[in-house]
Amino acid sequence: MDLAFTQDEDAFRAEARAWLADHVPKVALPSLETGSGFAAHRAWEAELAAERWSVVNWPVEYGGRGVGLISWLVFEEEYWAAGAPGRVGQNGISLLAPTLFDHGTAEQRARVLPSMATGEVVWAQAWSEPEAGSDLASLRSKAVRTDGGWLLSGQKTWSSRAAFADRAFGLFRSDPDTPKPHQGLTYLMFDLRAPGVRVRPIGRLDGKPAFAELFLDEVFVPDEDVIGEPGAGWRIAMSTAGNERGLMLRSPGRFLAGAHRLGELWQTQGAPEPVRDRVADAVIGARAYRLFTYAHASRFLDGESLGAESSLNKVFWSEYDIALHETALDLLGEQGELTETDWAEGYVFSLAGPIYAGTNEIQRDIIAERLLGLPKGRR
Amino acid sequence: MRFLLDTEQRAFATSLDAMLTSADTPSAIRSWSAGDHTRGFDLWGRIAGAGVFALAIPEAYEGLGPRPVELAVAFVELGRHAVPGPLVETVTAAALLTEPGPAKRYLPALASGETVATLATAGGYALDGDAASALFTLTDGELRLAPGHGPVRASLDPARRLTLPATGGELLRAEAHFGEALTWARLATAAQALGVGLALLDRTVAYVKQRLQFGVLIGSFQAVKHQLADAKIALEFARPLLFGAALTLDPADVAAAKVAACEAAYTTARTALQLHGAIGYTAEYDLSLWLTKARALRTAWGGPAECRETVLSGGGRRW
Repeated sequence: MDLAFTQDEDAFRAEARAWLADHVPKVALPSLETGSGFAAHRAWEAELAAERWSVVNWPVEYGGRGVGLISWLVFEEEYWAAGAPGRVGQNGISLLAPTLFDHGTAEQRARVLPSMATGEVVWAQAWSEPEAGSDLASLRSKAVRTDGGWLLSGQKTWSSRAAFADRAFGLFRSDPDTPKPHQGLTYLMFDLRAPGVRVRPIGRLDGKPAFAELFLDEVFVPDEDVIGEPGAGWRIAMSTAGNERGLMLRSPGRFLAGAHRLGELWQTQGAPEPVRDRVADAVIGARAYRLFTYAHASRFLDGESLGAESSLNKVFWSEYDIALHETALDLLGEQGELTETDWAEGYVFSLAGPIYAGTNEIQRDIIAERLLGLPKGRR
Repeated sequence: MRFLLDTEQRAFATSLDAMLTSADTPSAIRSWSAGDHTRGFDLWGRIAGAGVFALAIPEAYEGLGPRPVELAVAFVELGRHAVPGPLVETVTAAALLTEPGPAKRYLPALASGETVATLATAGGYALDGDAASALFTLTDGELRLAPGHGPVRASLDPARRLTLPATGGELLRAEAHFGEALTWARLATAAQALGVGLALLDRTVAYVKQRLQFGVLIGSFQAVKHQLADAKIALEFARPLLFGAALTLDPADVAAAKVAACEAAYTTARTALQLHGAIGYTAEYDLSLWLTKARALRTAWGGPAECRETVLSGGGRRW
C-alpha cells in the first residue's frame, strides 16, 4: 500500500504545472453559462487542445496523450490548483466519449472525438423529459425508422449546455412495444441545428441559460450516428456509469483547490468556532475524496469494476460541493449574498449536484439495494 | 501508486476477524465490564499471539514494527469485535518507551501480551487502570510509571473502566513528546472506531433484513434505506483517511482520520439504535456493546473540535 507517484507521473505533473502557469487566463473568463462566456471557454478548450492538454488520458490519435488514470488525476489536481477555467466540453468528454470508447465504431470515434477534444464541437446531453426524470426509462421521445436512418420526435429537457452547444446525445424510444420500459431504447447523436430542432434556453436559479428544452419534430439522424445496436441503448448508457465515468465525473482536484481557497478565505476573514469546524471539514472532506478516488483508481487498474460503488462517490461529492460553498458564503458575511464574489457562481452550480446525474435519492437506493443488499421496495 | 491493502494485509484482517468471531467477545466484554478480567486477558493473549502489539514495537525489542498500516488493519478488527481493554493505550505507551532501559524492560513483554499497559496524559484518566499491569503517565514531557490508581469510575461504555493514576512514580523518560503519543493514540482510536462503525452497520443491515412490520421487511422502506446508505457513505470515506494517515503519520492527517472515523461510527450508532427500535435501547442486547463504544471513542484522545483544530493547524492548506 502506497501513495507514491512514479517518476513519469511526477515529470508529467511538473510539465502540466509549468504549462498551466504560462497559459491560464490571469483574469477569470466570463460565466460559461452566457453567450460570450461560452465562446471564451470554447476558445480556451482550443488552447488546451493545441498542446494536448484537453483530454490527456485519451489516445494520441484523438488528441490526447495516452496517459493513465493516475496521471489524469494528477493533471486535474494541477488544473484546478492553477485556477483554470471550467470545462465547457465536460458533458461530451465525461459522458459521451467513454461510451464511444466502449460501444462506438472506429469510424464514429475518428469522426466525433477529435472535434470534441478541441472544443470545435461542444456536446449537450439529452436524457430527461418532462415526464421522465429519475424514472428515465419511462422516456417517450421516439426514433422512427426511415430510409438510411431515424426520425426523432418529442421533447427533452434540462439539457445542460444545450443553449449554446452544437450537438447532443441521448436515448430515444425506437420500439414502442416492449414488455419493459428500459427495452426498445436507442442511443443516438444528433445536430442541435438540424431542421426540426427547436432549442428553448432555460434560466437556472440565477437566470443564466445553463440548460434548455429541446423540441424535436422528425429530426433526421443518419444510421452512422446510432451508438451500438438499436434497442440496446439503456444497457449502453448505463454500462459506463459504474466504471471510469463514475470516477471521472468530478475529479478530486476540483475540491482540493476549493478547500485550499476556502482555507485562504478563512485565514483572511477569521471565523467563530462553528464555522471554523466547517472549514476543517472541507479540508478533511477534500482529502477523503482524493484518497477514496486513488483507492478506487487502484482497484480499477487491477481490473476490478466499480459498479454501484460510484453511487457512494456521487452522493459524497455533490453534498461536499454545496457544504464547501455554503461555508465560504457564511465566512463572507454580508458580502456573501453578492453575485460578484468568487463563490457565488460555484454556489449556484453546486446546488444542482444532488439533482443531476441521478438524484441522490436514486443513488441512496442503489447503495442500499446493491451494496447493502436490502430488498427492493416502493420508491 | 497502489493505495490498496495488499493480499497479506487483507489475509491478516480476515484471520483476526475469524479468531475474534470464534472467541465469543460479547460475553468476554460483559465480564470485563463487571471487573472480571479473566476472559479479557485470555483474549488479550490471543491478540498478542497474532502479533498485534508487536506491530507497534521495534524488532530490536522482539516486535515487528513499527508498522502503522498493519496496526490500523488490526485495530479495525478489534473495533469490529468491540474487544475490551487498554488496546490503544498499550500501543501508545509502546511508542513512547524509547529509552533503552525502559524499552528493554517493557517492550518485549508488551509485544508478547504478558504486560498490559495503560496510559494517562496530563492529569486525565487511564483506561482500565485496574486491569493494567503497568500504568504510565505522561505529564509535562515526563513519562513515569505511576505507583497506583484511584477507584474505577464508570464510563458510558461499561467496558471502559476509567481510573485516575496516582501522581509521581519512577521517571522513565524526560522530554517525551505529547504529540508523539497523540499520533499513535489517535490513529489506533480512529481504526477502532471505524471497526465499531462497520460492525454496527453490518448488524443493522442484518436486522432490517429480517424484521417484518406492516407485512414487509423494514429494510424495504426508503426512510430506512437512506439512513443506512448515509452510514455506508460516511464509513467508506473514513476508511481511506485512516490508511492515508497510517502511511504519512502526519498529525493533521491522523487528526482528520480520527474526526472522520469517529463521526462516521457515531452517526452509524445513532442510525443503528433508531432502526433497531426499542430492542436496541436495552443493555442486554449485544448491540449496546458497540453503541456505547462509538460514543466513548468520539472523545477519547481528542474530541472532534480538538482534532479539527489540528487539521487546520497547517493553515487549512493540508489535504
